[in-house]
Amino acid sequence: MSTNNNQLEVWEVFIQSKSGLPHIHVGSVHASDIKMAMQNARDIYTRRGEGTSIWVVPTLSISASNPLDNEMLFDPSNDKIYRMPTFYVMPEGAQNI
Amino acid sequence: MSLTSNATLETFQERIDQGEYIEPKDVFPDEYRKHLIRQMSQHAHSEVIGMQPEGNWITRAPSLRAKQILLAKIQDEGGHGLYLYSAAETLGISRSEMINQLQTGKAKYSSIFNYPTLNWADIGAIGWLVDGAAIVNQVSLQRTSYGPYSRAMVRICKEESFHQRQGYEIMTKMMRGTNEQQKMAQDAMNRWWWPSLMMFGPHDSNSPNSGNAFKWKIKRESNDVLRQKFIDKTIPQALLIGLTIPDKDYKLNEKTGHYEIGKINWEEFNNVINGNGPCNKQRINHHIKYHNEGAWVREAALAYSKKQK
Ligand SMILES: [Fe+2]
Ligand SMILES: [Fe+2]
Repeated sequence: MSTNNNQLEVWEVFIQSKSGLPHIHVGSVHASDIKMAMQNARDIYTRRGEGTSIWVVPTLSISASNPLDNEMLFDPSNDKIYRMPTFYVMPEGAQNI
Repeated sequence: MSLTSNATLETFQERIDQGEYIEPKDVFPDEYRKHLIRQMSQHAHSEVIGMQPEGNWITRAPSLRAKQILLAKIQDEGGHGLYLYSAAETLGISRSEMINQLQTGKAKYSSIFNYPTLNWADIGAIGWLVDGAAIVNQVSLQRTSYGPYSRAMVRICKEESFHQRQGYEIMTKMMRGTNEQQKMAQDAMNRWWWPSLMMFGPHDSNSPNSGNAFKWKIKRESNDVLRQKFIDKTIPQALLIGLTIPDKDYKLNEKTGHYEIGKINWEEFNNVINGNGPCNKQRINHHIKYHNEGAWVREAALAYSKKQK
């Protein structure tokens, strides 16, 4: 690829909309370094005060699970229903528990 | 991820039918991917090329207030382009590939942006009519089946309503102004009305790309349904401020409650799509020029980041 067409590295952007809330993925930006990624994320995703905090992460540093592995990854939690409070039988008349 | 066996194709369709969203790592047909890349990149290109006709008036905006608003609006459109490029990249196409397709004419953009902006009222007409039409389409696309596209649409729709309102405000002010201002507003209305209706694409009876798009819930409502929504919303707004609808055949159907319009000139539409609109060459040349002139910035940024490592 010629540098003329180089679109720089891709970074994923996460924004926290209010303090106390989780950072949520909003999209990506292109940038040559962290500083530019941060600036671009600010310009592109928070023009209306959408955020109180920004995270940028190089896209290549993120590993995502494969949906085809969902059974293997998530089924074990389905057959361990004793992790759920509703699994337990409480005596009649028990309150506030 | 592309998909081969019939069994997985069935599972994909079942998920779509149940209203599930499809995410980048899910298994889906290659045609689904292709359709999305075509539609999303075309959508992104439209946002970006759409900055040019409005940019034409930044230095000549009639007041500081108008200039600030126009700048913010155009900056939003650039942002919309970037949200959509970013969403399209999750399908495995690179930004440079998309830009290349735009610049070589392989990818299209909305043909409305090939019309020139001749007077200040055009900025009003674009915000009110062109963004108005785009909003109707984009609201519907918030429920599109591809997750990243849908999320980009939600974000875009939040920002769009100021675009339409600032346009209608300009039109209103001009219609309340001098005779000359009123003439300019009506002139802009005359030139932008029909192209805005064409933004929704060909009639349903003549729409070649829609079969799979509906089956896969990429598209949720048909061209004609969306166009009608726009017509019903917009005609009363025009009449309210004293604009004439440039269509001698339009009328309100009392029974259905919908406005009916005259014949759309599809020959003009096809002509503009096929590159013969008033500004097609200018728009692409402008894009190429500034893309190339910005090359040194990208090169310098890369050189700097290498040095830091
Ligand atoms: Fe937009
Ligand atoms: Fe807009």
